[in-house]
Amino acid sequence: MGQRVNAPGAPMLAPKDFKSDYKPVWCPGCGDYSVLSAITKALAMLALKPENVAVVSGIGCSSRIPAYTTCYGFHGVHGRALPVATGLKAARPDLTVLVASGDGDGYSIGGNHFLHACRRNLDLTYIVMDNHVYGMTKGQPSPTTEPDWSSKLAPGGTGLREFHPLVIALASGANFIARAYSGDPNGCAALIAEAVRHPGFSFVEVLSPCVTFRPEQREWKTMVHPAPVAATDDPGRAARRLMTDDGFNVGVLYKGKRPAYARANGGNQTVEALACQFRA
Amino acid sequence: MPVPSLEDFMARAYAMELEANERYAQFAEQLDTHNNREVAQMFRKLAAVEALHAKRILEEMGWPSMPALPPAYAWETLEAPETAAFDELHYLMQPMHALEIALKCEQQAQKYFEDIAAGDVPPAVKQAALEMADEEREHVQLIRDWMKRVPQPRPNWDEDPDPPRVTE
Ligand SMILES: Cc1ncc(C[n+]2csc(CCOP(=O)(O)OP(=O)(O)O)c2C)c(N)n1
Ligand code: SF4
Repeated sequence: MGQRVNAPGAPMLAPKDFKSDYKPVWCPGCGDYSVLSAITKALAMLALKPENVAVVSGIGCSSRIPAYTTCYGFHGVHGRALPVATGLKAARPDLTVLVASGDGDGYSIGGNHFLHACRRNLDLTYIVMDNHVYGMTKGQPSPTTEPDWSSKLAPGGTGLREFHPLVIALASGANFIARAYSGDPNGCAALIAEAVRHPGFSFVEVLSPCVTFRPEQREWKTMVHPAPVAATDDPGRAARRLMTDDGFNVGVLYKGKRPAYARANGGNQTVEALACQFRA
Repeated sequence: MPVPSLEDFMARAYAMELEANERYAQFAEQLDTHNNREVAQMFRKLAAVEALHAKRILEEMGWPSMPALPPAYAWETLEAPETAAFDELHYLMQPMHALEIALKCEQQAQKYFEDIAAGDVPPAVKQAALEMADEEREHVQLIRDWMKRVPQPRPNWDEDPDPPRVTE
């Protein structure tokens, strides 16, 4: 798997050991607080150490997460979390790399990177806090916004069909696909931990309400339900399930068997040896 | 819900108090950040009360620290019955709103213990669950009394002259 785990007998850290002293500035009640809790619980469950974990993000309320952890962090450019994380993981396969995004960051401006990160299948865990809106920039519709969501910024709704991130992830080659709900931080933590353990590109879509611009998402707690069937490793079956999914099935939905990306020739060539390959 | 022993029951009760404490402490931090000091202070008091309850369980059981918990605490609900839902906050909320949240949590805790006591459980668990339910009933009353001393939220309490929803 290439993930570093603490030496046997090393003292286990608690979730609070993964929380930094910076106090989050999210709106009170924002789902992202619970995702932060879930990530710190997952890292403690995995018996990791902050210095062996990197959290990479783009831009958005959700992308603030790296600063609130004691892990290495990179608060990057809008939509570009995945390329940064890809480079980091390729150079430092020993690190556990988590990538955090929102639905705007990850599916809009970063949509193309999403496809190719799934295709490349590096051993990354991609956590997207999906609130069906651009929170940070004050409520514009995102690719996952319902077509009829009417707001002052999009009167009558956009009329556009929603993007289906889980189906796209499967079609593009992601090796692990799960949906979590931030209102269940223990369940969300367990899913994130399982995603980290699974080799290859693991995608965890977290339904994380934006209480400020989408207060009606408080109802999500009455709508989520455990996925009725166990995860499959058959992409065809997973595709049929995901295509008919109601958007509120929570759990692991697909667990593939693709081997994670490994650097060609073990990746430990010298610069000179590499250069040789380009000489005629 | 299977509760096979007194230890298992008390471990759940402990986890419940601890999670309630953690959530109230998080709420206090969130409202501090948004300069709603009065409500932050109330959540801090509620967190302290839950911490005391958790400590009492450890003392009663003679446990030096947190016991091994049942896997994922096996809650039937999304979170522990006494844990306030994470999304119930508003940055302009008033003290009465905090007490309304606390009242709901205490009532849920009371019902949780009553349901265990009414189930098919060993006598020691039944006895402990009845005692816990009684305690929670007292807490419900304490919160109700507290509510009498707190002003009703003023009308339009959530109106913000400088709202976050800017539509320029
Ligand atoms: C290149 C670029 N374009 C646009 C922006 C403005 N911008 C900042 S955050 C954001 C959307 C964030 O939405 P999302 O990823 O859903 O995160 P949320 O705030 O909802 O968590 C946009 C468009 C930017 N920072 N950089
Ligand atoms: S605007 Fe929405 S997403 Fe951003 S912090 Fe507030 S509630 Fe969270």
